[in-house]
Amino acid sequence: MKTEKGLEKQATRDAYGQALADLSSEFDFVVLDADLSKSTKTATFQKVCPARFVNCGIAETNMMGIAAGIASTGRPVFASTFAMFAAGRAYDAVRNGIAYPHLNVKIAATHAGLSVGEDGATHQCIEDIALMRVIPGMVVCCPADGPSTTAAVRAALQYDGPVYLRLGRLAVPTLYEPDQLADFTFGKGYVLREGADVCIVATGLMTARALDAAQSLWAGGVRAAVLDMPSIKPLDEKLLLSFAQKTGAVVTVEEHSVLGGLGGAVAEFLGEHCPVPMRRVGVRDVFGSSGKAADVLSTYHLTAQDIERTVLELLEQKKK
Amino acid sequence: MRDVATLQRIARELRMDIVEMIYRAASGHPGGSLSIVELLTTLYFDEMKQSPENRDDPERDRFVLSKGHSAPALYAALCKAGYFKREELWCLRQIGAMLQGHPDRKGTPGVDASTGSLGLGISAACGMAKAAKIYQNHYRVYALLGDGEMEEGSVWEALMFAAHYGLDNLCVMVDANGLQIDGPVRKVMNVEPIDKKLQAFGFETICIDGHDFPSIFKAFDLARQTKGAPFAIVARTVKGKGVSFMENDASWHGSAPNTQQYEQAMAELRKGDAQS
Repeated sequence: MKTEKGLEKQATRDAYGQALADLSSEFDFVVLDADLSKSTKTATFQKVCPARFVNCGIAETNMMGIAAGIASTGRPVFASTFAMFAAGRAYDAVRNGIAYPHLNVKIAATHAGLSVGEDGATHQCIEDIALMRVIPGMVVCCPADGPSTTAAVRAALQYDGPVYLRLGRLAVPTLYEPDQLADFTFGKGYVLREGADVCIVATGLMTARALDAAQSLWAGGVRAAVLDMPSIKPLDEKLLLSFAQKTGAVVTVEEHSVLGGLGGAVAEFLGEHCPVPMRRVGVRDVFGSSGKAADVLSTYHLTAQDIERTVLELLEQKKK
Repeated sequence: MRDVATLQRIARELRMDIVEMIYRAASGHPGGSLSIVELLTTLYFDEMKQSPENRDDPERDRFVLSKGHSAPALYAALCKAGYFKREELWCLRQIGAMLQGHPDRKGTPGVDASTGSLGLGISAACGMAKAAKIYQNHYRVYALLGDGEMEEGSVWEALMFAAHYGLDNLCVMVDANGLQIDGPVRKVMNVEPIDKKLQAFGFETICIDGHDFPSIFKAFDLARQTKGAPFAIVARTVKGKGVSFMENDASWHGSAPNTQQYEQAMAELRKGDAQS
């Protein structure tokens, strides 16, 4: 699939399922699902490796406990369902069963954010980054495209501990060449565009929109830098600090509540180490609603134009 | 071992350690710890293939205390089995202690699953049993639930999983002492008939007196012989067993004895003459 600009497109959930299948002979791991394997794409793994695939049925809490039990015997486990049920319904099992004993479980949650679209608010999880980020020892990763998802799956297998991998339903533009991601690790951010006037920090599918906004801003004479933060926890504090110092203005962009997600993480860090004027683009503490994904994202002010407008407002305020 | 006199002696010593631990901590759960002593004694000193030396053996048996608040009983058993020094028992629930209020897999040798949030341990046990099926290991997994704990809905998700995948390497024990914090299980939220519910969920079951060693041996033998389905032992027990004033009294679910109560409890246990 290609975008209007000729970029390849792929949903991060598709890249995830393919990565599991591709890595199934290189690594020994078990994959769990809760009756959503065709949607989460763990079915792609099941096809090549049925012996190490376990369907847990519609029982997400138990699935997280099963994951903990299998991981305690020494094998990494991927547990997949929709973000709403992984981070929401099964929270206690994730916190007490997986994270407290620091077990080697990768919670790969698809259909995160508003871009679930038509299913509406009950399935549009906009709190999962916040919920997972506050758990001690939990890595939180939200890749922007297919190649970074593939890199994140490999990084998760190479890391011994719990990881929350936030994935999307919607096909999104491919931003990276695989060789750009050779050094992918949790805690590393990427500079996708240099700029000295303002720094846009984005994660997940909003990174592509941040790049579009930056391009438009540059055309208007505003030199906007764009950082992609696949790793929200640990955050690439060094990179963030250098760009906050250089630009003196930061806008965070995420398909998540403005409370407690990437915006929260960046504000917490900069508030203590480099307070600069800041804005958060995200869901303004409201529930989502049904609609085509693109329409929902527009309705909740998550377009490139919304990012551009927010940047200009921030720079205007900074002048005063 | 199958030597009832020896196991009875160990059980009495574990009970004394439980009371002593909770008294010194001035905090903890004596009632449900005392009701599982014969089950744990049999598991650690007869039934399970486990020892501090074989922790890294992929074929060692596993135990999950899903009713994690009964940790003092587990700690007493692990200590007697040689997993850690006796001094640790007297630091239960203290700042910096190895023995946390509820079992901590990462910090305490011999603990196979971190539990305490009720209903989650049984899922971990099912995961361990399923892992053995996937990787053709031959260890067995034992999980101990409280009857009150069965009110947690996720317990039934786990039981469904165990039967669906034919986890005949899993033995679930229910410590059916009939009491929970707010009173009798039948009054707070009835889970009975436990055995019939387990059977309906695909388990082979046996109901036993959970303080009678020969019955416990028989139940574990049956569990090991059962193929193709998970096995459950519904152990009818007495909450607070062995300490007269704690027996069958829900108020001893989560409170520590004072000095006078401690001395009386220890005197009774030393004599071994407390009867339910």
